[in-house]
Parts: sequence; C-alpha cells; structure tokens
Amino acid sequence: MNTNRAGSDRWISLLFILPSIIAIAIFVYGFISWTGYVSFSNWNTLTPDFSFAGLQNYAFLLQDYRFQSGMRNTLFFTIFFIFGVLFMGFMLATFIDSNIKQEWFFRNVFLFPMALSFVVTGVVWQWLLNPSTGVNILFAMLGFDSVPAWYTSTTIAFGFPVGSIEFGLPVAMLSVVIAAVWQMTGFSLAMYLAGLRAIPDEIKEAARMDGATEFQIYRKVIFPMLLPITVSIVIIMGHMSLKIFDLIYAMTGSGANFVTDVPGVYMFETTFRANFFANGAAIAMIMLALVAVIMVPYLISARKGES
Amino acid sequence: MVLKSPISKFLVYTILIVMSLFFLMPIYVMIITSLKPLDEVSLTQMWALPTSISFEAYGYAFERLAPNFMNTIYLVVPATILSAMLGSLNGYVLSKWKFKGSDWIFTAILFGMFIPYQSILIPLIQFLQGVGLYNTIPGLILVHVVYGIPITTLIFRNFYASIPGDLIEAARIDGAGFLSIYGKIIFPLSISGFVVVCIWQFTNIWNEFLFAVSITSTGSQPIMVALQNLSGSQIVQWNVQMAGALLAALPTLLVYIFVGKYFVRGLLAGSVKG
Repeated sequence: MNTNRAGSDRWISLLFILPSIIAIAIFVYGFISWTGYVSFSNWNTLTPDFSFAGLQNYAFLLQDYRFQSGMRNTLFFTIFFIFGVLFMGFMLATFIDSNIKQEWFFRNVFLFPMALSFVVTGVVWQWLLNPSTGVNILFAMLGFDSVPAWYTSTTIAFGFPVGSIEFGLPVAMLSVVIAAVWQMTGFSLAMYLAGLRAIPDEIKEAARMDGATEFQIYRKVIFPMLLPITVSIVIIMGHMSLKIFDLIYAMTGSGANFVTDVPGVYMFETTFRANFFANGAAIAMIMLALVAVIMVPYLISARKGES
Repeated sequence: MVLKSPISKFLVYTILIVMSLFFLMPIYVMIITSLKPLDEVSLTQMWALPTSISFEAYGYAFERLAPNFMNTIYLVVPATILSAMLGSLNGYVLSKWKFKGSDWIFTAILFGMFIPYQSILIPLIQFLQGVGLYNTIPGLILVHVVYGIPITTLIFRNFYASIPGDLIEAARIDGAGFLSIYGKIIFPLSISGFVVVCIWQFTNIWNEFLFAVSITSTGSQPIMVALQNLSGSQIVQWNVQMAGALLAALPTLLVYIFVGKYFVRGLLAGSVKG
C-alpha cells in the first residue's frame, strides 16, 4: 500500500509542475522558433506574409548602417559598463568592508538605484547629462571653459571605416554607461560584499603572519577567492548589456547618426513602429544568439557544479 | 581590509563620501526640481534650492499619471501573488520530488529568464491578439506570470534545498502525501522565501517597460509607459517630469527602504549560483 501511495504522489507532483513546463515550452521555446521562422520570411509589411525569403533579412542587416552602428555601440557599451560595474562594486565593497561605522548608510546609498526602473533612471540622467544644464553647470562653476556634449556628441573616437560605418568609440555612449553604472553598481557591490564576508579572517591572518603585505594578500588570497563571483558578475552584466533597451529608449533614443542606437531599440522600432516584422525578427534572433553564447555554457557549468 | 593608518582611513572616507554625493545627486535634483514652482524652473538654476515650495508639479503629474499608477497596481498585485505560488510549487517539486531529467528541465526553464524578450515578442503579440488579451491588464498579468516562472522557481528551489530531506522522509513514513507535506512542512517554512520572491517580482514587474510598451496602448498602459510619454513630450515642464519620475519610483523605493534586506537576497539569488 505504501508503494502505491508513493507512486500516486509521484504522479501528483508531475501534475503540479506540468503547467509550468508546458508554459515555458510554448512561450519560450515555441515562440523563439516562431520568431526564427518569421526571420526567414518576407513579412515586412503590416499584413503577414510568410513566403520564404531565405537569409535575405540577415543579409540586409549585415550591410545595414543602423544595425552596424548598433552592434558597434553595444560592443563599447558592454566593455565600459562591465568594467565600470566591476571596478566601482569592488572598490566600494572593499571600503565598506573595512569596519567603518556608517556601513549601513553607505551600503544603502549605493544599493538603492537597483530598486528603480531603467525608465526613471533614463528620465533623470537625461536631464543631468543634458549639455546645456545639469552636470555641465557644475563644471562651468568650477571654471571649465569647454564642457562635454555628453549624449549629444556625434564623435566616434579613434574611428576608422569598417563596412558602412565609422568603427570606434561612440563618445555619446559613455553618457549611457554612466547612468547604467550608477544603477547597476549595487549588484556587484552586493555580490562582492557577500564574497568578502565569506573569506575567513584566519586565512588573511595566516598570510599576514607569514609576512605578506596588504597588497600581496589581495593578489594571492582575495582576488583568487573572488574570481567565481567576478565571472558571475561579468556574465550577468554582459548579457544585460546585450539586451539593453529601456534605459536607452527613455534616456537618449537612437541619437543623431545612431550614435546611441542598440539592437534592442532597433528591433522594437522597426517591428512595431515601421512594420518590418521579418527584419525585426532577424535582429531578435541575432540578439538571442549572442546572449545564448554566454548564457548556455554558464547555465550548464552551474548545473554541473551543483551535482 | 583593515584600516591602520589615519591617512588610509581619511582616503577611504573621502572616496566613500564623494561617491555617495554622486549616487545621491540624481535624487537631490529630482526632489528639488519637483518642488519648484513653474517660474523658477530654469536650465541655469538646476542645482539651486527652491525659494518657495510648490506642489504644483506634483498636482499636474499626479493628474496625468494616476490612472496608469492604478493600472500598474492592478497588474502587479495579482501577477506577484500568482507567480510566487507557481514558483513555490515548482521549487518544491524540483527539489523534493526530483524525477529523471528534472535537473535538465530546470536548466531549460532557467534559460527563459535570460533570453532577450525581443525574441518572443512578435509571436507573443500575435498570441495575445488571438485570445483577445492584447492591450489588457489580464494579458500583461499572464505574460509576467509566465516569464516570471524561471526566477521564482530558482529562488524557491534553492530555498527548499536547505530543508533537510529527512524531515520529508519522516512525514512520508507517517503517511503524509505530496500535498500534505507541502501544506504542513514546506509552506510554513517558506515565509521568508515568499517575502524574497514577492518583493523581487513586485519590483521587477513595477519597473518593467518592454512588455508594457509593446502589449498595451492607451487605456491600459502601466505607469512606466506613461512616465516615458510624459518625459518625451515637448510641452511638459521638467519639474513635472521629475515629480512624475518620483511618483513612479516611490513604491519600489519604499519597498527598498523598509525591506531592503530581502530585496538584496533576491538580487543575489538571480545570479544562479545560490
């Protein structure tokens, strides 16, 4: 009787998780397949047209000025954003962890932006980095003669022509990086703080007894122990920056000459404002592929590390 | 780090204070600008305190945003409760009733929280139009519950992993089944798990923009879409924009101020390796 009971419980447990499995199968994997199908179609008008277009939409994007600009911007945004978040988070976590009395205050000041919407962040930073007001007023008060143009700059620093665009650092993108780092530093701060607190004091004490300098302790003990956390932060922030949409949509839009455009914004506008559904689907599939390249190995390694 | 010399102590405090000013700067500008009367709002006086306090901007922003604020409330409350319940049951099954392949199914579910939602948006809208839920709050609730499954399942599964298997085994020997173990053991032990998940989902759904702007048009737009429209409008003064931004941010800010500890736990859980 007991085994019977266990058997029926097994069925009940499956019954409870089945709706979620079906929902994910349809809404994630089914819909992705459908988007993939659309990306190979001719549906670039308001009325659906599923006739086969081959790789035409992808070929269009590869030579498209706006898409190339967006990929360039995403690349530089990702590099500066990840570096900024790692640097700020690690520095602030180390300082906060140094036994200061106002720890509670500082931790919350650096963490609260995480609770805000990217839309709110975008609206506020749009004014702070507006070239004719905001931070530039403070700069002028400090006596600077020329002030930055922030997100209105159309300069591509260190640029050289690649494809149909000028490849180089789009200076306007740095304004978006500042806003994004302001918002997301709290994530790496919280991760690093948890990591630093998990390192037993005895290990650091032992290194000190052996005559290691403070700098050596960081290089030989703390950095290696924080490496897995750093990898997690890089992957989570990296996949976020590939998907970024709301912050740019609310703060700058595509910008003059697409200097602040990203694939997320391009996909949204070309699909839902201009009815190029197949082109939009192709952009989405490229975004998905980029995210999958970093997320799939991470998820598989996380699963293996568990068992 | 141990601060030995007074010089390093001074340096650390200086950097922390400068950074705090940088982090609080947007809040300072938001608050003072939103309290300025219209005739004091000028580009050159951005940093100056208002000479007199006016709630004019809040009045106007509230009038514009109140219906959307309510839309978000109608969205966020049911969506949060439903996705927490679903996540709890999934986490229970995936940690205490593992079956062949369940770990791989879990990984496949998890992937759903990292995809760019652009890659499901076109079929999602076709689907919602097909079932008559396009441009409705229930449609948005459905979307947030479904795409909330990965994160809520993850948090609960990791949470339940710390409940000893012996406890479950003992209950089964006493004749308790799937549901009574959940009701008598798992659920009562899950209160802090529910708090973490509810705060996380509340904050995320409140702040979400891409689904909101693609699935709704006038009438059922949530607050973030209305805020974006307000700030995109050329005729709206920026003290009104700042007041609007503060109103839209207030609920999640309050949640952070009062139960920030649980918010941070959700934050850390999102990095998969719990």
